[in-house]
Amino acid sequence: MAKTAPIDGGAAADPMVPRPFRIVRRSRELADTFTLELEPEDGAPYAFEPGQFNMLYAFGTGESAISISGDPAGGKLIHTIRAVGSVTDKLQALKKDDRVGVRGPFGTAWPVEHARGHDVLIIAGGIGLAPLRPAILQILANRQNYGKVAILYGARTPGDILYRKELEAWRGRFDTYVDVIVDRADAGWNGKVGVVPKLIDLAAFSPEDTLAMVCGPEIMMQFSVQALERAGVASDAIYVSMERNMKCAVGFCGHCQFGGRFVCKDGPVFTHAEVAAHMSVREL
Amino acid sequence: MAIDGLGKILKEHPFFADWGDDYRELLAGCATNHRFEAGEYISREGQPADVFYLIRHGSVALEFPVPGREPVVLETLHEGEVFGWSWMVPPYKWAYDTRATELCRAVSMDATCLRGKCDADPSLGYELFKRFTPIMAERMQAARLRLLDVYGSAR
Repeated sequence: MAKTAPIDGGAAADPMVPRPFRIVRRSRELADTFTLELEPEDGAPYAFEPGQFNMLYAFGTGESAISISGDPAGGKLIHTIRAVGSVTDKLQALKKDDRVGVRGPFGTAWPVEHARGHDVLIIAGGIGLAPLRPAILQILANRQNYGKVAILYGARTPGDILYRKELEAWRGRFDTYVDVIVDRADAGWNGKVGVVPKLIDLAAFSPEDTLAMVCGPEIMMQFSVQALERAGVASDAIYVSMERNMKCAVGFCGHCQFGGRFVCKDGPVFTHAEVAAHMSVREL
Repeated sequence: MAIDGLGKILKEHPFFADWGDDYRELLAGCATNHRFEAGEYISREGQPADVFYLIRHGSVALEFPVPGREPVVLETLHEGEVFGWSWMVPPYKWAYDTRATELCRAVSMDATCLRGKCDADPSLGYELFKRFTPIMAERMQAARLRLLDVYGSAR
């Protein structure tokens, strides 16, 4: 399988200078998760690849690396964000027409083009569905170019399922397998209860001809990779999106160094084969 | 159902798929076919655990009753899976409720019958333990993973 390669997404001439965007729509996804739709103030087009991220600048507070979750063909910049700290709290408090600084897009992409002709397994946990959404939308828009497509999603509880309506719509298609599992539920939930790797065991795919894209908490990714490898999917056909403390986003500052790589510049999307040795290193 | 028919069903189930025909035919004498409607309870916590089940079709929820609240679903199990390991562990009582969440077809294996056959042929008992132990370990690993609450906030 092909290695992921950094992509020049047409970021501003100086990648350290934020470009002003305005919030044109804001919606609540979950209690702590929201989506911002942004429009550039200069009106210039904004292009990105599925899996890339931006540094979003909440003026007066700071920057945070946030994956892009919109449709690459849609022409809109959309971010689904979980409020987990000062910057994301500030972003959550912003209203329509407020300004946000944007640096990016940065990083490597999901291998959507490379996956053509193969079965595709998309495995997400929690907020990890947001960085995979652009890849899902691109694949479903060109569904005829792929073999079997399965979207496997794990959440904490039924009330924490992200993009619930979209998951239902994707499940309603005749050409896509969608399965959801939650960590815990009461008897009112008729779906599956357990961990995401279990969904891998239940999905139908040809392991030797499958390309898997995995995004979620690192522990969940590790267990999912183990299940994929048990099923016969090669390590270099499994792509994971790594998350580390990104600051400059262009490989200068070293905050997100991961072994011999920088997650911001050489990632965030890696083949598992590229990062396997380092994923098991403590405190890395 | 005739024992030879049950032997064929056991052969098609992943739990018994790699067993020799001789063992499978022997165990078919302990097997019974079942059909459970959606919502039907298959076992109740504290009842004698005198069987274990192989799911042929459908899903089963393992539930724990909580006074004054909806039961908590510990896990759901699906086609090709096994439930009911309490038959192997004293005091041989179900550790939770089990409920079919949709139409479920299953085969039960009678514990008294199995214990008798295992006593007569300890290598059969060893084979059964070798198959149950990884299932129990996998369930425990999954339970521990969920204890980590990996989707919880990092705050």
